[in-house]
Amino acid sequence: MEELLEAVTGALGDRVLESVVHADQLTIRLSRETLTEDLTRLRNDSGCRFAVLLDVTAIDLPQRPERFDVVYILLSPFLNQRLRVKVAIDERTPIASATEIWPSANWFERETWDMYGIMFADHPDFRRILTDYGFSGHPLRKDFPLTGYSEVRYSEGDKRVVYEPVSLSQEFRSFDYASPWEGPGAAPLPGDEKASEEEEAA
Amino acid sequence: MAEVQIKPLTLNFGPQHPAAHGVLRMVLEMDGEIVERVDPHVGLLHRGTEKLIEHKTYLQALPYFDRLDYVSPMCQEHAFALAVEKLLGIEAPARGQYIRVLFSEITRILNHLLNTGAFIMDVGATTPMLWTFEQRDKLLEFYERVSGARFHAAYFRPGGVHQDLPPGLDADIAAFCDQFDAAIDDIETLVTNNRIFRQRTVDIGLVTAEQAMALGFSGPMLRGSNVPWDLRKSQPYEVYDELEFDVAVGKNGDCFDRYLLRIEEMKQSVHLIRQCLDKMPGGEVLNEDHKFTPPRRGDMKQSMESLIHHFKLYTEGVKVPEGDVYACVEAPKGEFGVFLVSDGSSKPYKCKIRAPGFAHLAAMDELSKGHQLADTVAILGSMDVVFGEIDR
Repeated sequence: MEELLEAVTGALGDRVLESVVHADQLTIRLSRETLTEDLTRLRNDSGCRFAVLLDVTAIDLPQRPERFDVVYILLSPFLNQRLRVKVAIDERTPIASATEIWPSANWFERETWDMYGIMFADHPDFRRILTDYGFSGHPLRKDFPLTGYSEVRYSEGDKRVVYEPVSLSQEFRSFDYASPWEGPGAAPLPGDEKASEEEEAA
Repeated sequence: MAEVQIKPLTLNFGPQHPAAHGVLRMVLEMDGEIVERVDPHVGLLHRGTEKLIEHKTYLQALPYFDRLDYVSPMCQEHAFALAVEKLLGIEAPARGQYIRVLFSEITRILNHLLNTGAFIMDVGATTPMLWTFEQRDKLLEFYERVSGARFHAAYFRPGGVHQDLPPGLDADIAAFCDQFDAAIDDIETLVTNNRIFRQRTVDIGLVTAEQAMALGFSGPMLRGSNVPWDLRKSQPYEVYDELEFDVAVGKNGDCFDRYLLRIEEMKQSVHLIRQCLDKMPGGEVLNEDHKFTPPRRGDMKQSMESLIHHFKLYTEGVKVPEGDVYACVEAPKGEFGVFLVSDGSSKPYKCKIRAPGFAHLAAMDELSKGHQLADTVAILGSMDVVFGEIDR
């Protein structure tokens, strides 16, 4: 793993903002300004040769000002190595498309746009891919409800499929299994304040 | 006579078409009989699996993986189970690993049988499809005996497999292997040297090795283009490094090579199944650390601790340490990967499913350009697309 990190830093120098090794897998963070150049280097550098882009996706972290991490999952079949690249981005700024570097990025980026609403600049065919024709919203964002906003049914009267706002006979039940007795962030139980007062007094 | 410029014809293919292998809609721009551009419209089977998984505990999320590529269910459970195991830092016991490999290879045969049968039918022959389905049914019976379900098995769990093999199953699987070689030979005598089949597949849908890598191909689509890349060999997981098998590669990267390769892979899988049966060790099939895996039913009647473990696992679920991980397996269709992000709770924060078919179908335009309309059907058949995994 250290060899791979050395090779990557050899190719990119101090452009690697952060590197994390978790479960024997390397993830690096790059800046979006120099992304195209850096990814091209990762593909071409003789110590990296990441010829295959396996997937592009994103992680939504709404508490952050730059709420998305775009994740590129790379594979080097020549050197038998894997690498993940993360790039932080907000919802308004477009990120450079990787279609010029790896043609496979085309559909992966379309999917990321569809699911998260992240814009990719200079994408040759920038359309939604998985959701319905005329769909609005980005379903994998954390603020998008699990049930969605509209539902479809076949209307016998109109003889066509109609779209209607979702009406549920029962609300989706999300149980909070977190035990109130565990962990530092545990909710205070009734009577807890007495214990802390007594401790302070003692 | 003056030359007339004919406007390209736009042809709609699917979403209901027997050769579309499910619900694929393709908008084809044709110049006469020649395809100029293919625009596949996917997502007609989109069920929001990734969103649903974010709202389920890790164990509840597992059965969704059967429903992705419904032709090779257990291989996908495998990728998810491996991802969770990597996050938890646990491993399956030896017997569990052998059972996983055994059923992964059974799944590979299941998948390739359906694909070769359907592919051959797409290009005109009906009989092999019936023969492959006969064999598939025998394999699905093994699925049923081990998990109780013919398709949606939910058998591979984080930490091992759900139950041990029922008595007598290993002998029956061995008996299946003994008759399977002859069944494959039957299909081969009918198809491989058939003139019509060759005319329809040789030099159709050519992909070079560089193209295949740039397009993100994996599995038979990549190996068909003469790239000896198989995760079972190059990045072995479970007990694949203890087993002996060959990686088949194609020479030209056309539809015919991919067909031959899948036939050869089935033979190799039978070889692997036999080795698994021979080497199968005794012992547990599920990790013994009951903080992560459910305790035995019998223990629950006797031990309070087991009862508590059971209650915690089936209400709250396993709390998975923070971090992200990518786990992948060599599924029959290619590299099936799961990118899991955990925030330390008992539900995944994010789960991205990397389906091999998605990348393959994305290349439909590049592969079909310049071919005739009938060839797109052959290319699609050789790609082995299943919309459960592409649309998710």
